[in-house]
Amino acid sequence: MSQIETIQARLLELVPESSWSDGAAGDPFAALPADGWHAACLAVRDDPALGFDFLRSLSGVDRPADDRIEVVAHLFSYKHRHALVLKTHTGRDGGALPSIHDVWPAAEWYEREIFDLLGVRFEGHRDLRRLLMPEDWQGHPLRKDYREAEHYRGIPTRRPGYAAPDRDEP
Amino acid sequence: MTTDKPERELVVEAGPEGGLVVGPIDRLLNLARKHSLWYMLFGTACCAIELMQTGGPRTDADRFGMVFRSTPRQADVMLLAGTITYKMASRVRLLYEQMAEYRYVIAMGSCASTGGLFQGSYAVVKGGDLIVPVDVYLPGCPPRPEALVEGLMLVQQKMEREPWLKKAHGKLPQPVDPWPEGAELHR
Repeated sequence: MSQIETIQARLLELVPESSWSDGAAGDPFAALPADGWHAACLAVRDDPALGFDFLRSLSGVDRPADDRIEVVAHLFSYKHRHALVLKTHTGRDGGALPSIHDVWPAAEWYEREIFDLLGVRFEGHRDLRRLLMPEDWQGHPLRKDYREAEHYRGIPTRRPGYAAPDRDEP
Repeated sequence: MTTDKPERELVVEAGPEGGLVVGPIDRLLNLARKHSLWYMLFGTACCAIELMQTGGPRTDADRFGMVFRSTPRQADVMLLAGTITYKMASRVRLLYEQMAEYRYVIAMGSCASTGGLFQGSYAVVKGGDLIVPVDVYLPGCPPRPEALVEGLMLVQQKMEREPWLKKAHGKLPQPVDPWPEGAELHR
């Protein structure tokens, strides 16, 4: 059994509701429902055979066609030298997910970033503020249907009289 | 801003025990001012690396009287060294307002001049002159230290030609301020 098959088998034992995809365009990943997200993260961290002690990355993807936002965690185990990709998703309108910053403290700023740029609320997060954009910013810029305002606090967002590259229209 | 040339130049005369300089007081004050052009130690992005190099021994801006100050209250010139994000914009403005008048601003590099490479970004101010009045624009990505020294020397030239006493007494119009009226700063 290859390394990833071992991980798959063990993950299915621990989290039966996970569904595997071989990830035709990238790494294989396990999709999880939102309500099992926190428990699954805790399980893969604490299980001695998996031992995912390192959160490499936590990112978000807007999928307007499916009317949802995916959150992707890239995990790594220093002990076993293996990696795993976990995904979950939530709705685009007022979507929320349980925060995993108590599982991997590194998730705290990643979750703030996802909240800032995609508008996912992370329940249980201790300091959910915008990370990159100013605190009074309107909207979530990484959403596919985001339209930039003409002004921010009266500062024009296009350079007057300057042929700027066309903005993507949704 | 006016760039009137003072009518008279300085006259250096040799005397029996040394010499003396005769000239308009503006001219003498400007001579002193332009040789203590202190810039603020402040950078918003990668142009700041070139700014550090400018202060270093190879370019040695000190020889023109340009030294960095770590506080806006002692600085004469603000170098917008790098990309300015909207989050940074109000901080840049706050620093500018903390500088004593009369202050000068150099937009260093493409980003600080127009938004540069990040023209299409939702997060970047499309030019430093949308938030503070800019005196000198320096092209380049980033400009070399030599170019930055030239930019500082352009500020010196501007200072040299100013009717300083009129200006110091508020008898000349202020530079056009692009900061939107009523816009609040994060403090």
